[in-house]
Amino acid sequence: MWNILVQIFPYAVAFTIPLLITALGGLFSERSGVVNIGLEGLMVIGMFTAAIVISKTELNSPGVSILLGLLAALLVSALFAMLHAFACVSLNANQVISGIAINMVAGALTTYLARFITGSGNIQIIHGLGRHKVPALSEIPLLGKLIFTQSYLTTWLVLAILLTASFALYRTRFGLRLRSCGEHPHAADSAGINVYRMRYSAVMISGACAGLGGAIFLVTVSGEFNGTAAGMGFLALAALIFGQWKPFGILGATFFFGFASTIANVSQAVPALAQIPGIFLKTFPYIITLAALVVFSKSSQAPKAAGEPYDKGKR
Amino acid sequence: MKLKASKEYLLAIVAVILGLMAGAVLMLVTGNNPVDGFYYLFRGGLMNIERVGNTLATATPLIFTGLSVAFAFKTGLFNIGGAGQMLIGGLCATAVGLTFAWPKPILLAVIVIVSMIGGGLWAALPGWLKARFNVHEVVSTIMMNWIAYWTVFYVVPLYFKGPFLETESQKIPAAASLKTVWMTSLFHGSYINQGIFLAVIFVIVSAFILEKTTLGYELKAVGFNRDAAQAAGISVKRNIILSMTIAGALAGLGGATFYVGYASNMQIGVMPSHGFDGIAVSLLGANSPWGVMGAAIFFGLLHTGKGFMNAMTSIPPEIADTIIATIIYFAAASVLVERNWDRFRRKWTTGRLFKRTQHRIRQGTGGRE
Amino acid sequence: MEYIVEMQKIRKEFPGIVACDDITFQLEKGEIHALLGENGAGKSTLMNILFGLYQPDRGFIRLRGKDVNIANPNVANDLGIGMVHQHFKLVHNFTVTENIILGMEPTRGLAIDIRSAAARIRELSQKYGLNVDPDAKISDVSVGMQQRVEILKMLYRNAEILIFDEPTAVLTPQEVRELMKIMSSLIAEQKTIILITHKLREIKAIANRCTVIRRGKLIGTVDVASSSPETLAEMMVGRKVLFKIEKQEQRPGDAILNIENLSVRGNSGVLGLKHFSLEVRYGEILGIAGVDGNGQAELVEAIIGLRKAETGRVMLLGQDITTLPTRERIARGLAHIPDDRHKYGLILDYTVEDNLILKLYHRQPFSKKGLLNREEIHRHADRLIEVFDVRTGQGGEASARSLSGGNQQKAIVGREIDGNPELLIAVQPTRGLDVGAIEYIHKRLLEQRDHGKAVLLVSLELDEILNLSDRIAVINSGELVGLVNAAETNENEVGLMMAGVKRGATA
Repeated sequence: MWNILVQIFPYAVAFTIPLLITALGGLFSERSGVVNIGLEGLMVIGMFTAAIVISKTELNSPGVSILLGLLAALLVSALFAMLHAFACVSLNANQVISGIAINMVAGALTTYLARFITGSGNIQIIHGLGRHKVPALSEIPLLGKLIFTQSYLTTWLVLAILLTASFALYRTRFGLRLRSCGEHPHAADSAGINVYRMRYSAVMISGACAGLGGAIFLVTVSGEFNGTAAGMGFLALAALIFGQWKPFGILGATFFFGFASTIANVSQAVPALAQIPGIFLKTFPYIITLAALVVFSKSSQAPKAAGEPYDKGKR
Repeated sequence: MKLKASKEYLLAIVAVILGLMAGAVLMLVTGNNPVDGFYYLFRGGLMNIERVGNTLATATPLIFTGLSVAFAFKTGLFNIGGAGQMLIGGLCATAVGLTFAWPKPILLAVIVIVSMIGGGLWAALPGWLKARFNVHEVVSTIMMNWIAYWTVFYVVPLYFKGPFLETESQKIPAAASLKTVWMTSLFHGSYINQGIFLAVIFVIVSAFILEKTTLGYELKAVGFNRDAAQAAGISVKRNIILSMTIAGALAGLGGATFYVGYASNMQIGVMPSHGFDGIAVSLLGANSPWGVMGAAIFFGLLHTGKGFMNAMTSIPPEIADTIIATIIYFAAASVLVERNWDRFRRKWTTGRLFKRTQHRIRQGTGGRE
Repeated sequence: MEYIVEMQKIRKEFPGIVACDDITFQLEKGEIHALLGENGAGKSTLMNILFGLYQPDRGFIRLRGKDVNIANPNVANDLGIGMVHQHFKLVHNFTVTENIILGMEPTRGLAIDIRSAAARIRELSQKYGLNVDPDAKISDVSVGMQQRVEILKMLYRNAEILIFDEPTAVLTPQEVRELMKIMSSLIAEQKTIILITHKLREIKAIANRCTVIRRGKLIGTVDVASSSPETLAEMMVGRKVLFKIEKQEQRPGDAILNIENLSVRGNSGVLGLKHFSLEVRYGEILGIAGVDGNGQAELVEAIIGLRKAETGRVMLLGQDITTLPTRERIARGLAHIPDDRHKYGLILDYTVEDNLILKLYHRQPFSKKGLLNREEIHRHADRLIEVFDVRTGQGGEASARSLSGGNQQKAIVGREIDGNPELLIAVQPTRGLDVGAIEYIHKRLLEQRDHGKAVLLVSLELDEILNLSDRIAVINSGELVGLVNAAETNENEVGLMMAGVKRGATA
């Protein structure tokens, strides 16, 4: 059993990390009062951007090229998220519809462009990100083998972002104001906070995070862009809810989901796991999220004003 | 009322125009001539009887998912679970079609019924969660979509595996298909099938229920104002569950028209795009059944023509999907248009008032005094 | 004489109405200045202009002798103007401190310096006797305390001019008294207060001067001490106001509604109504007096079946209806005029005629076997519109949204009374209406009683209760404090009971 765990643990972590960063992006958006169903599409944009940049530059120096790809994904997705912000914040559009539109535009547009650029709807990258052993820490008994032996640099990056996000949300001026916009935008407004600007920046942060998530998924797990994020964005949304809109709740939820999906994926190869039906493992994150919605229905920590357009006129 | 409806259609048309314009820009940016592009796009969906048949066949499941979204919307619910309900409806239809060797009429009747039951139950659960625990249906139907996706993913290979591929079911027998010989030959081998008649019937039924019956009155009352409906003695919970169930049944039947009508087997690992396209259809059709039908046929046209356009020009076929997606975005952002429309109307009416008063002043009759 | 605030010839139009028609308003330093007017008279608009929420179309504002342009609330804050809104602007899951510092947070490095902020708030709270705990969560403190947090918010921003928008509407009589004490201590610290209200009693109790506005126009500014309540009322309404309503002699009959030992949970899950018993008889108006949020909503919703009873039962005409669905209760003769007509009374997107059959659509002749009969629905609407004088513009086809508040309320009253109900439950039936509509609705309620039917009147306006009711039940914290005959009581007694003091407990 221990061997299996050591074997699959790095995969579970690799699958968790893009989910985690994407869900953290969703956290910022929703905490500011904008529901973001478009996470899936924003991930696709990130994957596409990274795939294009990496495939065009990787022959010279793969390491630099991956870095460039991640950065480009982050920027382009943040810009793309402005479409969502514009509709939801400036035009008071229905946030769910806008999010769906973002998903659809992202999927169709990137495939269109990919076909235009490469001739097929897919873009492959040759070099993924390498795994590293963290010196010293990998010698720690148990944990060293599980976490520090076969880790990606991006894992540490995302965990650092998690800590930063948690600090920013609960300890800083920006976080307090952001949360007030998601709970009671009129209160924020009367305290002199520009609700529109806060929500714009939050949605752009969510775009940047989801784009980074898509790019990390590309360089660590999938290795190719094919026009979809395979529902990862929706899984991140589920994790955001299951984690009750809290950074460390999300960490737990994404790891939980990442682990279940990984077991399902490798169960064919590992006889000990083949007994658990795949259908159970794959549907598990969604069923557990439905259950969580029921359990938390009375005490949900969801931002009160999430999903409601803020209209300055209505007081 | 009338004015409001006409405004909604105006907004829809503006969204379509903006979407087409975005498509044109995209064609230009990628070095193509949009005039050629649109010419072949529309020609590809209309140029012969087979293509027209395909346009209608493509529109059929969209009519159902569009109706599904529109119906739930009337009760104030946002059913974005059309894809999952379609998958389950299609799975039920496929299972029946592959299991029983009954005469065609009986088999088809059973397929219609089980697909509606399957889709209906799949949506009833989110409805019940909403009514009982106030779980937001947007989130729960997304979850149900993926549960359906993985259910099909594992159930099809396990019980209905095709002879060649792990990733698709066996081909359904002719007796279980909504395709008929006379329609196929009339439309020169197109995908068109009896689903289109079912679609028209359900458009009429939906319009009738919503406009003429107490059920429609109740559903809309709950949709417009849940609290007032409750206070007036209307059971809100019952209507929410009912509305979702009907919406799910419509999408489920749409699944049957797709998997045992348009197609002949079920592929796994594909989330049908009809669920989200149905939202676009419903928005564009101003949530009215007949509007839904028109919008679905328009989208069917785009989807059918894109392959031909791709063959004749170098424009990738995803232009059609991009246009549809952009239309949804503009429909969502239609507030911009709406604001200007209201401003325009106010100017127009006050302008008229102003002229009338001036006229009176000139005649020396003055105002009210 | 230099005024601290001078608003000259302020004009503000909204589509269709002139909210402020060349209003001039002058504020002296250190006074409490009341702004009096009916609902919709324009007093809130005027103050929102002063607070920077709206821009005037014409006119100018002078502060301490200098012309100012108040473009937004931030500018108002900088100029020392603060406002306590009628609906508090507090974030429920934030602490008191977080709410107060929001928008001007002190920081230490990157993080917010909560500790020094809390210390400053504690200091301010002591100085003005506000008794606020800076670390408490807003969702855990009482409404009165929330109001004090709002006051602290202004003081934290060093406001000199404090605007209170209808501050007493949500308070118990004791809390009102405490608020007045706080206001006095604010004045003692050189602050200036504007009090927006329509309650004459409060003005007499605390204000120095009073400016009256009617339908967007300035009526005048008077010295409170030398003006009688009758004069102020007349200025506000535009004609003589009858403080007493003509009532026929009451002929009470048998009991129609018996509430026995009823307990009901409120929205927060705790019991909002506790072991409540009451009897309503034919031929009477029974008034329920109490401060908002003391169990009235729970009581009414339990009677009509929108809320579950935890203990006890509700008997209508001798039959137990405690577990019956709302529709069944309506069929047995219950009618209900809700307090919030937009939320509970009407479906604004439906036409007037569809609203008028909201409780009847499932019955013949309006529908048969599930099919609506449009012709009968038209006819029904035409009749009610005529009888109850609902002005719609386009008959029954007009959308309910397009009606004025008074006509919307008349449509509801018509719908509820037309079925000739045994018991009419009227909750705040005149909220937000002008005096004409108020008088019309009062007349209709009295008619019900005179026809031998029963009326249960729930109102937050003590005057309305005292004038209309035959008997008055006073509710406090979900409990029945006492039951008195309207003819044998007065404002003071009922007011004390509203605060929870039982009859006879004080001399």
